[in-house]
Amino acid sequence: MRLSSSGEANARTGLVAWFDERLGLSGAIDFLRHKAVPGGAHAVWYYFGGVSLFLFGVQVATGLLLLFYYKPGTETAYKSVQFIVTGVPFGWLIRSLHAWSANLMVFAVFVHMFSVYFLKAYRPPRELTWLTGMALLALTLTFGFSGYLLPWNELAFFATKVGTDITAVVPVIGTGVARLLRGGDDVSEATLTRFFGFHVAILPAAFTAMLLVHLFLVQRHGMSESIGQKGEEPKAMPFYPGFIIRDAILWLGVLGVLLVLCTFLPWELGIQADPFASAPAGIRPEWYFAFVSQSLKYLPAKILGIDGEVVGICAFLAGAGFLVLVPFLDRRAARGERSPLFTVIGAAIVVYAVVMVTLAYVKPY
Amino acid sequence: MGSRGEEVKSIGRRRLLDVLLSGGVIAFLGAVFYPVTRYLTPPPGREPAASSVTAAGVGELKPNSGKVFRFGSKPGILVRLPSGEWRAFSAVCTHLQCTVQYRADLERIWCPCHNGHFDLTGKNVSGPPPKPLEAFDVVVKGDEVVVVRRG
Repeated sequence: MRLSSSGEANARTGLVAWFDERLGLSGAIDFLRHKAVPGGAHAVWYYFGGVSLFLFGVQVATGLLLLFYYKPGTETAYKSVQFIVTGVPFGWLIRSLHAWSANLMVFAVFVHMFSVYFLKAYRPPRELTWLTGMALLALTLTFGFSGYLLPWNELAFFATKVGTDITAVVPVIGTGVARLLRGGDDVSEATLTRFFGFHVAILPAAFTAMLLVHLFLVQRHGMSESIGQKGEEPKAMPFYPGFIIRDAILWLGVLGVLLVLCTFLPWELGIQADPFASAPAGIRPEWYFAFVSQSLKYLPAKILGIDGEVVGICAFLAGAGFLVLVPFLDRRAARGERSPLFTVIGAAIVVYAVVMVTLAYVKPY
Repeated sequence: MGSRGEEVKSIGRRRLLDVLLSGGVIAFLGAVFYPVTRYLTPPPGREPAASSVTAAGVGELKPNSGKVFRFGSKPGILVRLPSGEWRAFSAVCTHLQCTVQYRADLERIWCPCHNGHFDLTGKNVSGPPPKPLEAFDVVVKGDEVVVVRRG
């Protein structure tokens, strides 16, 4: 008895040793043990990047499962999603997970972005980490926008019409880009085919590549300590096991929240798109685009002789440009000083977005 | 003298090679991206052949109501005024291309996407739409209401 168990143990160590020799695992574990993550009062904000990453994993897994039944095409898309949620065992769960996890991922990515913003973690030498993060945010929103159309329901059809027409508003390149996105002059089957291609091939490839660069940069520079913490004795936590365990517990919690949402509030499918029906009253895009949509309602037809929506979209583009370039604009943070002006600007952006999204749901007209 | 002359010659050769090589790279990228860009740009759509369409039956719409109909590849809206008169417009909102609807309570054409209002001549009267809706002619032929593109 004793002999056999010790023999087993030997075999296990033998196997581990075999892989260790070939993969250098002990070196990697040793490295993780010595890698430290800053602790302290702001530590909670360091987890949202990880949560975004976890939800991206959920998206990949559930997305692959949906591909087994989804059929792109104006005649088949809606019916295939209907079949997934009504005819396929656990189909309702997979589809709901994909939709809810997408929304939570957008939320987590926004929280991650703004926590980095308010902690001024974009300051040198992490400008490229910020830029790749902004690219990942843009890709996340494009994922949301392209995936929204795929069930070919009424809300998605009009959201895509408006969304692609907004790109047409952008001066000079807009019309060409809109045609490129739509695969023609209108939102049609060609648009669905293109969005499907974007959503399941081009965006995942681009996102994965950008994510690897982002993670490499995070690893290379380590996590940023906030400006106020400078000079104090830095509180630190080992990445393994301390940070990893906390990450895992949080991810499990997020998965729990997801499953509760999917079970009690399964994602609706709506009614099939009809290109020759009126847009329904109360129509609005996903919440993460609602601040744009709601703002456009308040703009007059003409501002200083220019079409209102052109002014509005250019203002939003300028705002996005500001966020992208903030590491190069915030000179005080770059010198390691506090920069309250940028905190105020960030707070104004958050308040504006929250007010507009709330209005879109509470008082759309 | 002779060695300097060789140096000048070799710099000339190096430059020539640089130009040829970078020119080759640019030409290669052009040869890849030009067809790809052209491929991705959709070929021009077929213009809607329809210059007129039967939008509804005469008895189909009560006064103060409207109906969206298919006019070529785009939606149109047929409105029966409270007076019983017929009007027809493009149903594509001039703001961001949502499909408009008739609001009997306001006696106006309304776009729910961004709260745009048009009066019953198609004029943009409130909200963000920058232009009036394109108007069509309506001809009643027997039992049919026929909408005809102008011009």
